[in-house]
Amino acid sequence: MDPMSATGNQPSPANSRARIATVWLGGCSGCHMSFLDLDEWLFELARIADVVYSPVADIKEYPENVDAVLVEGAVANTDNLELIRKVRARTKVVISFGDCAITGNVTALRNPLGSPESLLRRAYIEEADVQPGIPEERPIVPELLPRVLPVHHVVKVDAFLHGCPPSPERIRTALEQLLKPNQPAAPEKDQTREL
Amino acid sequence: MAVNTFTLNGELVSASPGATVLEAARENGVEIPTLCELEGLSNIGACRLCLVEIAGSPRLQPACVTATTEGMEVRTDSERLRQYRRMILELLFAERNHVCPVCVANGHCELQSRAIDNGMEFVRFPYQHPDLPVDITHARFGIDHNRCILCTRCVRVCDEIEGAHTWDVAGRGTGSRVITDLNQPWGDATTCTTCGKCVEACPTGAIFRKGSSAGEMEHQRDRIRFIADARSKREWTP
Ligand code: SF4
Ligand code: SF4
Ligand code: FES
Repeated sequence: MDPMSATGNQPSPANSRARIATVWLGGCSGCHMSFLDLDEWLFELARIADVVYSPVADIKEYPENVDAVLVEGAVANTDNLELIRKVRARTKVVISFGDCAITGNVTALRNPLGSPESLLRRAYIEEADVQPGIPEERPIVPELLPRVLPVHHVVKVDAFLHGCPPSPERIRTALEQLLKPNQPAAPEKDQTREL
Repeated sequence: MAVNTFTLNGELVSASPGATVLEAARENGVEIPTLCELEGLSNIGACRLCLVEIAGSPRLQPACVTATTEGMEVRTDSERLRQYRRMILELLFAERNHVCPVCVANGHCELQSRAIDNGMEFVRFPYQHPDLPVDITHARFGIDHNRCILCTRCVRVCDEIEGAHTWDVAGRGTGSRVITDLNQPWGDATTCTTCGKCVEACPTGAIFRKGSSAGEMEHQRDRIRFIADARSKREWTP
């Protein structure tokens, strides 16, 4: 079966396969690359779970009834904010996936530099080589939030998977723990600790 | 020689006279987390990570600057202490800009290690994200104030061991900052002998050797104790 099999918005029958998702907020996609580095273990994953939403699967709307989600990246713009609120409302276990989600990390490096306006002016006008101008086609380009925030400062987070990026082994350990039958949903704390 | 006898985590132990609670705990194989303390330097109780409970005192006391007394009852681990230690670490991370994956000290940082040892998984407090400078005017070293935790090890090692007193602390509260000479660029500080002791002593990636890239800055913090022992005890071999 295709490891990234996308079942979209279908409600899962009782006692069926787990419904997991991954989302990509303000991050470099490195955490997702690390997830993809699980290589053939992704086939194992596909045997026990459906990936119902992910940047690596073409599903437009975050579905209802998700068992667990890995959230990469910090909350940096209005799109991130809208998505993470929806994710929280529709998911049982929300996992901050990687250091940008947990601390803001590299995504939050812009915070000490002041307002989004001065930042955009610096990047797109003062430092521009060609065609200076701030891209602002709304709603295609979402507005930046005044400050980049870690995910748990916006919604409740159930578990933390550290690393920049978390290693594939660490992701696998967390997912295995999470998907074990008759296990409490959240992975053990000390398995997710790494700075 | 008289010794103090006191209770450490419910067990009767003895300490050499004049020993601090931290020293006595170490003598007895009990570990207390520390950050600002560095063997070979004086203690000033700056970070509060070493807080312990002492029976009869409602306030927690920093083990590194509290003398042992006959009959005292000390507890070095409790739910309350664990909570305070975690909170102190979270506040240190929230106060300045720690971006570990791109830091020179990543993997060799005492702040980072204490966070891991003490189960700090995330920071509950709002990150302050102050706008702080990096001074790379010195020929060989640099200081990144984003990563400084104001432990004052640099101030003490420079004053007490090197005798140069290049470093000091200026400002108050969250505006405090370590400075070189009269708040001049480090490269212009004429008292600095370029001995590198502050570089070895710094617990974080704040003071670094120029040219170090992410994770490359390893400090030899035990060198400070070696020099101190060499001077005071005439022990010239490690
Ligand atoms: S000084 Fe330590 S805690 Fe701060 S960014 Fe560097 S490695 Fe992380
Ligand atoms: S520069 Fe380093 S040694 Fe000096 S106060 Fe800051 S953290 Fe401590
Ligand atoms: S180690 Fe005692 S206060 Fe810092």
